Amino acid sequence: MRRPVRDTEDSHRKVTRRALFMGGCMAATMAVLGGRMRYLGVDQAQDFALLAEQNRVNIQLIPPDRGLIVDRNGKLIAGNVQNYRVVITREGAGDVGEVLNRLSHLIPLTRNDMERVLRDVDRNPSFVPIPVKDRLSWEEFSRITVNAPALPGVSPDVGLSRIYPRDTDFAHVVGYVGPVSESDLEGLENPDPLLRIPKFQIGKIGVERWREDVLRGSAGNRKIEVNHVGRVMRELERTEGLSGADLMLTIDADIQNFTQARLGEDSAACVVMDVHNGDIIAAVSAPSFDPNLFVRGISSANYNVLMQNDHRPLANKVVQGAYPPGSTFKVVTALAALAEGAIDVETTVRCPGYLEFGGRRFHCWKHGGHGKVDLARSLAESCDVFYYEVAQKVGIDKISEMGRRMGLGMRHDLPMSAITEGNLPTKDWKQAKYKQDWRIGDTINASIGQGYVLASPLQLAVMTARAATGRAVVPRLIRAIDGVETEIVPPESLGIPESHLEAVRSGMNNVVNSQHGTSYGARVAAADKKMAGKSGTSQVRNISASERETGVVANTDLPWKYRDHALFVAYAPAEAPRYAVAVVVEHGGGGSSAAAPIARDVLLRVLNGALPDPADYPEAQRKRIESMLKDLRLRNADGKMPAEKKV
Amino acid sequence: MSFLEYRVKFAPTGLTKVLYVNWGLYLVITACAAIGWLMLYSISGGDMGQWAGPQMKRFGAGLVLSLMICLTPIWFWRSMSVAAYVATFALLLVVQFFGVIGMGAQRWIDIGFMRLQPSELMKVALVMMLATYYDWLPDRRVSRPLWVLVPVALILAPAALVYLEPNLGTTLMLVIAGAGVMFAAGVSLWYFAGVVGVFGAGVAGIFLLRGTPWQLIHDYQYRRIDTFLDPSADPLGAGYNILQAKIALGSGGWTGKGFMQGTQSRLNFLPEKHTDFIFTTLGEEFGFIGAISLLTLYAVILIFLFWAALQNKDRFSSLLLIGIAMNFFLYLAVNLAMVMGLAPVVGVPLPFLSYGGSATLVLLIAFGLAQSAIVHRLR
Repeated sequence: MRRPVRDTEDSHRKVTRRALFMGGCMAATMAVLGGRMRYLGVDQAQDFALLAEQNRVNIQLIPPDRGLIVDRNGKLIAGNVQNYRVVITREGAGDVGEVLNRLSHLIPLTRNDMERVLRDVDRNPSFVPIPVKDRLSWEEFSRITVNAPALPGVSPDVGLSRIYPRDTDFAHVVGYVGPVSESDLEGLENPDPLLRIPKFQIGKIGVERWREDVLRGSAGNRKIEVNHVGRVMRELERTEGLSGADLMLTIDADIQNFTQARLGEDSAACVVMDVHNGDIIAAVSAPSFDPNLFVRGISSANYNVLMQNDHRPLANKVVQGAYPPGSTFKVVTALAALAEGAIDVETTVRCPGYLEFGGRRFHCWKHGGHGKVDLARSLAESCDVFYYEVAQKVGIDKISEMGRRMGLGMRHDLPMSAITEGNLPTKDWKQAKYKQDWRIGDTINASIGQGYVLASPLQLAVMTARAATGRAVVPRLIRAIDGVETEIVPPESLGIPESHLEAVRSGMNNVVNSQHGTSYGARVAAADKKMAGKSGTSQVRNISASERETGVVANTDLPWKYRDHALFVAYAPAEAPRYAVAVVVEHGGGGSSAAAPIARDVLLRVLNGALPDPADYPEAQRKRIESMLKDLRLRNADGKMPAEKKV
Repeated sequence: MSFLEYRVKFAPTGLTKVLYVNWGLYLVITACAAIGWLMLYSISGGDMGQWAGPQMKRFGAGLVLSLMICLTPIWFWRSMSVAAYVATFALLLVVQFFGVIGMGAQRWIDIGFMRLQPSELMKVALVMMLATYYDWLPDRRVSRPLWVLVPVALILAPAALVYLEPNLGTTLMLVIAGAGVMFAAGVSLWYFAGVVGVFGAGVAGIFLLRGTPWQLIHDYQYRRIDTFLDPSADPLGAGYNILQAKIALGSGGWTGKGFMQGTQSRLNFLPEKHTDFIFTTLGEEFGFIGAISLLTLYAVILIFLFWAALQNKDRFSSLLLIGIAMNFFLYLAVNLAMVMGLAPVVGVPLPFLSYGGSATLVLLIAFGLAQSAIVHRLR
């Protein structure tokens, strides 16, 4: 049934006109599209080509190995260990819950661990590896590797993590590393891209923090092609990074260990310094803590224990602790008086046991007084009145000036955290700080290292080294970086006449080696190892007039935190000084009784190059010393602690 | 009337029809499809079975169907128009109620071997219906209001259903293609001026009513428009598609990165890279030259269609050819404008290149009808 098509010329003409118009519109549109294509593909091609390349290529950082830290003899203080861990990806695992379940038969997994993993798996794209467990033992690690076929999506992984084999000994000096935090990034203009790696470890305190610049090394990188969700398709290029530099400290790890053990659980600090080149042989703050806890991320329970301990284990008392130096400061006062010509070696002062000034009595520690006292005796017997008298003639500004020359009241630049400047008061300082005039009474207090005078154990050690050599010794902690010795500038002379120094040194010698010396009990018997020193006992409370009437309360009867600080500074051998030491025992009581024996043991340990020889001690003390030395818990040759002794 | 002016009109019959088929048109179409297969092969990373193979099979089947349609007399198809329109309209109603939920819209009917989108079929059925209507309608009535309302209703009824699916791209294509047929049929220009005015007001309304309970389009459609207007505002979110498409196109340069060397598509930065955004891969791998070549092929197809429409004195045939040209043009223009960042992302495939059954099949059916009109032209 064919029906002929209609053929109407008139309507067709109209259709033709309109169709041609439509065709024209289409042609115009096509031209626009072609033009746009040209604009995108030709005129702007370079911009877009760059964008496409940026899309395609990601740069991944390869973290460098952190530099090692070793002691002056090359013993390892901070190293890196392989951190075996296991990660899981959702796309590989399929049923993550089931795989975790199987995994929990191989390694201990808590319910919390599993819940965390399941949560993280849901939150991240399916190809992102989610860490399941860190710090696996080699056995656990190999168990997972062997069972890999039954554990789809689970892959073992190895990274580096910091370890401190001599844990507590170097907690304060070397510090510890931890994962980068927001506050670490704050204030950094152009942070190293490495810091953006999740959980990247950087130094938090101590040498780890302050020599982060050389320890970190620089990142390597690999250029990888990624797809739109960031999954790695292939590696295009790889540049290896530079490992961090190895640091050699001036500290001797064994001496450090001995000192740490000797201080025990006291709240104390001890520094040993080479008087010639300023090398710090030991710098110990007690009690200590295990820095490895911080590397792993310390639990809040452990952290609270550390924070609530009134002996402040976290503080590095060697450089952070600012103590009234007590009578150890008499070294400075004496040198200032000699320099000002206020006294000479012969000058004597009569000590009735106190000095009256402006209606106030300033007491000497010895109730009955010392009688006629010259410089040598004033040091040996630590007469306070002698210094009360001469300080008034010298004036506080001159004393402080001498203190600064001796290394007090200034920041010694060591790679450690929160280094204190201590304090050396002047008239202007008091005016500026308290808006009060300086009073003679202040000078009198300052002359014996009380009142406004504050010093850290490190500063006291520097003072002693300078007194022993007459040179501006500067402390040094880094001996070599990557095998290159740090340069030692021979210390300049302090410009103090040798006769003045000699006078003070002989006084210090008498402190320990004269029968009347305050620290005669801490003398050394061996002639070639004799030490010279100065004790100090600094009050942390005011003794009222009524208490003086009834008799000063003995330290042992006071609550711990009201007891005096015990200080002792020394150098040895007395005839040819090589090492200086400063000891502070917080609330330890008398400097001669609490601090001097520690200083002696440590100096003998250094001079001996091994455990002190009991023969070097006065005969009466040998037995006690011997058993004390035997009870010290020292590390074995491999740096490990011996097993706990049965009591 | 002299003997020389007398022309015997005839239409080819039997096997001789094969000689009158515009084989050049089929050749160009096949060339376009072949470019599509190359691109699909490249996008799948050299895997024939993933997209390229199935697409070739579909094209082959569609081509056979197209040839069958082409050899069937055009007057048969004219008589079938009403039935086709009604049947397709019924299918649209069916998807409203039984359609498979996919892509956030009810668009498909699963007919076993493929998923059918009735809205695609409607593009052809509507053009057939309108061409038949104007073939039947005496010329003088074409611009009478009552007789204008009829085709408007014929366009808007299916358009409304498609809009409800919701599928904004196809709705617009139906309306514009329908309007194109009306325009070609000679409806007074005043109506079009009026509609353009109303449309302008409508666009204003869409934006003004945004955020109110009376807003006219979906939130996601608003977002698409926003994204189109400023794609860089949200480069990883909604603006991602457009930005990545432009990067792909632009990074090709003059000659492109080479076959199978496009990083944007191989690394999956491109969304819908095998369907709506397939042109970006062409631009990336074959550059400006490749893209402009495809554009030229499309232009040739349009020229063939218009030439046939102008030649054909049969009102139904020429209107049908113009309607099909219009549809084809809308496909490519909307798609290309979209991937080049000149129009919002509305989800219109690139004719003969994009992976997908419905669009390819519908296009081949449409070109079968066009060929039928060409073959059965009275000579």
